[in-house]
Amino acid sequence: MDFERREAPYTRPTSNVANIMREVLLALAPAAFAHVWFFGPGLIFNILVAVAFCVGAEALVMRARGRPAEEALSDYSAIVTAVLLAFCLPSLTPWWVTASGSLVAILIAKHLYGGIGFNVFNPAMAGYVAILIAFPTEMALWVAPRMGDIDYVHLSILQTILYTLTGNLPAELGFDAISRATPLDLMKTGLANMQMAAEIRALPLMGDFGGRGWEWIGNFIAIGGFWLLLRKVIRWHIPVGVGLGLLVPATIMYVVDSSAHASPGFHLFSGATLLCAFFIATDPVSAATSTTGRLVYGIGIGLLTYAVRRWGAYADGVAFAVLTMNMLVPLIDRYTVPHIVGHTDSGGSPTT
Amino acid sequence: MTAPTYDLGTLHGGLRLEANKAAATSAPLAHMPVPAQLVLPLHQHVGDPAQPVVGIGERILKGQLLADTSSSLGAPIHASSSGKVVAIEPWPIARRHGDPAPCIVIETDGRDEAIQRSEKAPAFSKLTREHLTSMILDGGIVGLGGAVFPTAQKIMQANTVDLEMLILNGVECEPYISCDDALMRERADAVVSGAEMLLHALGIELCYIAVESDKPEALAALGEALASADNERLALKQVPTIYPSGAEDQLVQLVTNREVPTGGLPTDVGCIVQNVGTAAAVHDWIAGHEPLLSRITTVTGPGVATPMNVLVRLGTTVGDLIAFAGGYTERAKQLVIGGPMTGKSMSTDRVPVVKATNCVLVLDDPPAPGPELPCIRCGDCATVCPIQLLPQQLHWYARADDETKLRDYGLIDCIECGCCDLVCPSHIPLTASFRIAKGRIRELEDEKARADRARRRFEARKERLLQEEQERDAELEKQKSAARAAGPDAIAEIMRRKQKTDED
Repeated sequence: MDFERREAPYTRPTSNVANIMREVLLALAPAAFAHVWFFGPGLIFNILVAVAFCVGAEALVMRARGRPAEEALSDYSAIVTAVLLAFCLPSLTPWWVTASGSLVAILIAKHLYGGIGFNVFNPAMAGYVAILIAFPTEMALWVAPRMGDIDYVHLSILQTILYTLTGNLPAELGFDAISRATPLDLMKTGLANMQMAAEIRALPLMGDFGGRGWEWIGNFIAIGGFWLLLRKVIRWHIPVGVGLGLLVPATIMYVVDSSAHASPGFHLFSGATLLCAFFIATDPVSAATSTTGRLVYGIGIGLLTYAVRRWGAYADGVAFAVLTMNMLVPLIDRYTVPHIVGHTDSGGSPTT
Repeated sequence: MTAPTYDLGTLHGGLRLEANKAAATSAPLAHMPVPAQLVLPLHQHVGDPAQPVVGIGERILKGQLLADTSSSLGAPIHASSSGKVVAIEPWPIARRHGDPAPCIVIETDGRDEAIQRSEKAPAFSKLTREHLTSMILDGGIVGLGGAVFPTAQKIMQANTVDLEMLILNGVECEPYISCDDALMRERADAVVSGAEMLLHALGIELCYIAVESDKPEALAALGEALASADNERLALKQVPTIYPSGAEDQLVQLVTNREVPTGGLPTDVGCIVQNVGTAAAVHDWIAGHEPLLSRITTVTGPGVATPMNVLVRLGTTVGDLIAFAGGYTERAKQLVIGGPMTGKSMSTDRVPVVKATNCVLVLDDPPAPGPELPCIRCGDCATVCPIQLLPQQLHWYARADDETKLRDYGLIDCIECGCCDLVCPSHIPLTASFRIAKGRIRELEDEKARADRARRRFEARKERLLQEEQERDAELEKQKSAARAAGPDAIAEIMRRKQKTDED
């Protein structure tokens, strides 16, 4: 009897890229519900706009590259980029801002570098930073989280859609009525105005750790993150690295002078720390390669995030930290090659 | 004396694979009758092919020498039954590139008549180490785990270094394969006795028999055999069930916590590894006077009607063997010699069972592989690599054909276990591409060596020509200065002579 010849191994792999991306999306679902609960339905419209532009841009660019669009779209990675970008935006964001971020992410950060697997920078973060700089006013408009003890005004679904489409609020509402500074903003400006950290923490917007609403979204993001760890979609090195890099300096500074510095708990639960640790920094394409390298990469992101929050011009530093560490990946990779079994050297740089 | 204890080392990565062994091990060991035809390749060991010592048409007996070897890494080949040599011709054999190779084809006569061996050797413990080793060579015994390195030569090599222990490999970590398991269950005494003989030939005092923890029956049988042998130099070592714990260097690492150096051998860290089947073959030859004529082969997979372990004569074609196991099922789509991770894919079942054939695996059509996607650098491959390589980086450099980087990142150290392929979410055939890249590096090395030789030859020639020219110049100069010294008379004399010759 005759047979067709193949190459070993003959067992087929079980995982695939699309499954990994689907699990990431699923892991974000609890946090998305929390986000909608605390900040209104804006996130949903932001996600819709971002997905439409990311997927559309990817389809177009694949056509321009003479490749079938399904090849790129079937892995869900454009949707993950879109959702992560949408998660970083204020819940009220005009569509052109979201669209600009999506186009920068997919066209420039992803496909100009060769598409999935070849991009140097995290696409969602590249898109986010581009619109943070291009649309500072729109990006600063955060609504107040749902809570009982202050004057809470929120937009209806229709008003949210209208704002997303036009960038105009209903006539009877001013920006001041609905917008609030984020906890990180409050901390930054408060400390700059020589307020005591404890005094700022006592403000009604601040919750137990990282701000009302924010800390709950953080909890749900962490739950999703732990689920990804359990499913082995991500591994512990980057999240632990980010945590160490941020919390160690935060704790030291807090111990040295607790009146002028926010507590480590505040740093952990506010802003995009947890989203970054579990979902953004863990993007494997733009991260370092080996496990040691990933620990170093995570620590770098944590340190830089702290530095931007403490000394920089922006309230949060996650996006800048991720992009900076993306640039350092080749260097990290070069010095963190694992020990090869049977070699006498202890790893490190393979070529000098 | 009690054996020193060694820390059970750990293996980086590896995979827990679905074993798929129960189908074959649940049936008792079957003995296959002598087939009508036996095909014995001249090349069943790592060295050069053996040279036939029988002619076409010659009647031969079971156990008779068919081909002898002069190669330093060769092993003789014996007739596995009686009959007539009908051809010595190229035949498809089970190797990776599937080209036919010279084989001795025997038409058996069904009498299975054995050759009479005149001298009965004394008990092995009375023999010198050298005598025992040369007897093992004469028995045609090679490593039966699949590497087919001649056992005697391995012993001789080990005797040149400071050796500490013999490790008998009964791990058998690859899915589907269960021939060693069947052997250990049925013939644990032969394994233990063979181990004692090997220890004697090696002149050492310590042997570990390593068995994977998922083989309780084999462990129990070996335990009993060891108890009745009552030899404190032998001990059982249970290793964790993880693929590829049975690869030679990985087993050494597991048992001793020592890493076999790159490009080196287990003997570099004081170990020699032999398969349990090899030990049993040594016992059969030294105590039972039968050279290596048969082996246990697992016939299994969804494409085989009755999966089983079969004691089969070497030279039996795979087609005959599968027919013995009930034939093919409708799902038979792929024939593999060896296991599903490292086996060789065959285009025909005319290939014979040889010393290396531990398993005949018939698989069904795998589900269509998804399209190969770009690497997303998830690093799962690096997590499972037992050598701690970075397959994602090797993949990158293999695409770029960057020979220097491939070397730096340890391509040569890749054992081609296939773990990275199995976990890759982008379905990249990593192992196959590494195999190709390794071949290319070897080619480049050969080419470089050839170019070096040619360059050296060219330079030597240039040197020689230069020297000749210098010598000629010097000679000319000498003549000239001699003439000058002799003065005008001499020149006139020369001119006269020249004129005279012209007139003649």
